[in-house]
Amino acid sequence: MKDSRAAAAPPVVPVDAKARWSAAMEKARLRDAEFTTVSGVPLEPVYGPDDVATDFERDLGWPGEFPFTRGVHASMYRGRLWTMRQFAGFGTASQTNERFKFLLDHGQTGLSVAFDFPTLMGYDSDHAHSIGEVGQVGVAISSLEDMETLMGGIPMDRVSTSMTINGPAPILLAFYIACGEKQGVDPTKLRGTVQNDILKEFQAQHAWLVPPDPALRMITDTMAYCSEHVPQWNTISISGYHIREAGSTAAQELAFTLANGMEYVRRGVAAGMDVDTFAPRLSFFFDSHLDFFEEICKFRAARRIWARKMRDVYGAEDPRSWMIRFHTQTAGVTLTAQQPENNIVRTALEALAAVIGGTQSLHTNSMDETLSLPTEKAVKIALRTQQVLAEESEVAHVADPLAGSYFIEAQTNRLERDAEAYFGEIDRRGGVVPCIEAGYIQREIHRSAVEYQRAVERGRKRVVGVNCYVEDREAHPDIELHRIDPAVEKEQGARLASLRQRRDGNRAQSALDDVREACRDGGNLLERFIAAAHAYCTLGEIGAVLREEFGEYVEPKIL
Amino acid sequence: MAQRKIKVLVAKPGLDGHDRGAKTVATVLRDHGMEVVYTGLHQTPEMIAEVALQEDVDVVGLSILSGAHMSLFPRVRKELEVRGMGHVLLTGGGIIPAEDMAELEKEGFTRLFGPGTRTDDIAEWIQTAVEKSRASEGV
Repeated sequence: MKDSRAAAAPPVVPVDAKARWSAAMEKARLRDAEFTTVSGVPLEPVYGPDDVATDFERDLGWPGEFPFTRGVHASMYRGRLWTMRQFAGFGTASQTNERFKFLLDHGQTGLSVAFDFPTLMGYDSDHAHSIGEVGQVGVAISSLEDMETLMGGIPMDRVSTSMTINGPAPILLAFYIACGEKQGVDPTKLRGTVQNDILKEFQAQHAWLVPPDPALRMITDTMAYCSEHVPQWNTISISGYHIREAGSTAAQELAFTLANGMEYVRRGVAAGMDVDTFAPRLSFFFDSHLDFFEEICKFRAARRIWARKMRDVYGAEDPRSWMIRFHTQTAGVTLTAQQPENNIVRTALEALAAVIGGTQSLHTNSMDETLSLPTEKAVKIALRTQQVLAEESEVAHVADPLAGSYFIEAQTNRLERDAEAYFGEIDRRGGVVPCIEAGYIQREIHRSAVEYQRAVERGRKRVVGVNCYVEDREAHPDIELHRIDPAVEKEQGARLASLRQRRDGNRAQSALDDVREACRDGGNLLERFIAAAHAYCTLGEIGAVLREEFGEYVEPKIL
Repeated sequence: MAQRKIKVLVAKPGLDGHDRGAKTVATVLRDHGMEVVYTGLHQTPEMIAEVALQEDVDVVGLSILSGAHMSLFPRVRKELEVRGMGHVLLTGGGIIPAEDMAELEKEGFTRLFGPGTRTDDIAEWIQTAVEKSRASEGV
């Protein structure tokens, strides 16, 4: 609707307004010496047309249309709300199975599995390295049998499942596929995502199994197998989350994540696949930090950069290959142990940024996660936060509602430029893998983490309850804690010992031999892992074969 | 005679990959003039104690965000004692509930630090604690 007053009324802004504004700003007493984003990027006090060289058709366009700055679906949330997907997992498979059912009963629409450290590193629960760690930060899954317990009573053809696992991702996916088959669900019906993003493990999260090159081969094997047999599965979730949580800035998160994405695309093409056969199944995962506007701009810039790269550099022709579909999690690092109830507010702001940024799915953190794993009550508040946004705030009705704001467009352009500068630097250093091996990316992240910490300690960056509005009460208030019973470790060990007794030992051994052979002759590893899963080979047994064949990764020293 | 520089081993026991805190603290301690050795990730208690011995450190700081602290912290202490390093100042931090901190502090972990701690406070605390223990040993 046109505003009919515009033509008739005299100009309300005098011509010398900008000069007068500048003069007023010169004289104004400001409450701080500098104003920056949470990433430390200086901000102007106000933005105008001179700050933005955005071309509507070229840079923004329409939702569901290239370059997707405004979202990947034409109808965005009018068609379907984002998936509310709370990451959960602890203790034994049966305890986590109960939590999954609790979340599904309260309106959650997808599952997201958190594994414990032994599982993340490819060790069985009874390995020496696993002592004290079993079931602590996630669920312990050492075999197909554990997976069957985890998914017991949950119809695998009707739920989509995201699994946060990387080094041993294809092995856990094999357990999932085999578990589906045991439930009578054909692999073509399975929907979900396996994180499977090993590059960011070397850069930030640090749960790996074998060195970069064989790890990348397992990923291309997974892409190749799934494009044929498990077509609804997202074979990778290229993750900025851990890079950001490790201390990066928004621009570094954006740049390193997309650089990793492009590396996977190059590897897939080099393995002989047509880019359009696998690129539509690439998914992404970002952090939503506390700087509301910078985060929204990051999501918009991510979509635009990826679309341009995929179409113009990697020659993808299928529009689905151009789209970044992504999951978002609110920033765990912004939660404070002091006055933890305030975390509900932080998480709500971060969730709002993710929704305005057009995320496809969302995890909201619980207020108590700086103290322990979340309690049921805290998890429910976190889920309800999303439901309030979706049902009450009316923010989901209009796609990309901040587009056209001088500030938003200037920041989106700035983030795109910063990311491009990093792409250039990574190329000059020989690509992502050489950058990891030389510790370049790790060092960049570390530098930002230290700068942020200094900003907080010098009071340049304020955190409520930590360096301002501090209360006398000790850091840990009377908040209920969710603890893992140490008995979990013993139970898991006993279950594994019994499984090794009960299974057909010859069949298990021959399945492991097949895995070893594929390591050497280049056969598809995921296919062998599925056979090994059915033979009840354990995660640790399969992982040991891979370590023997491919060696172990030694991280570069960066300190 | 000039005091020997305080030497600190910052270590990541167990499978936990969260090293932001450990590396940040290591950098800050270095900025405070201490000599810092960082073990890197995925260290067993034996590996940590061995490095502490080889490097002859004054302080071992452990960082754990994996919930395995009640198992790993005492195992590191035991391995240090086995190697005759029982005198080393043991400290650490991470996601550790208050009551666990209290229990570990009773078991000889002099002081543990949780989220939101100022890194300068950690450095100052180490400085004071090492000076005190050196004074009592007449070093």
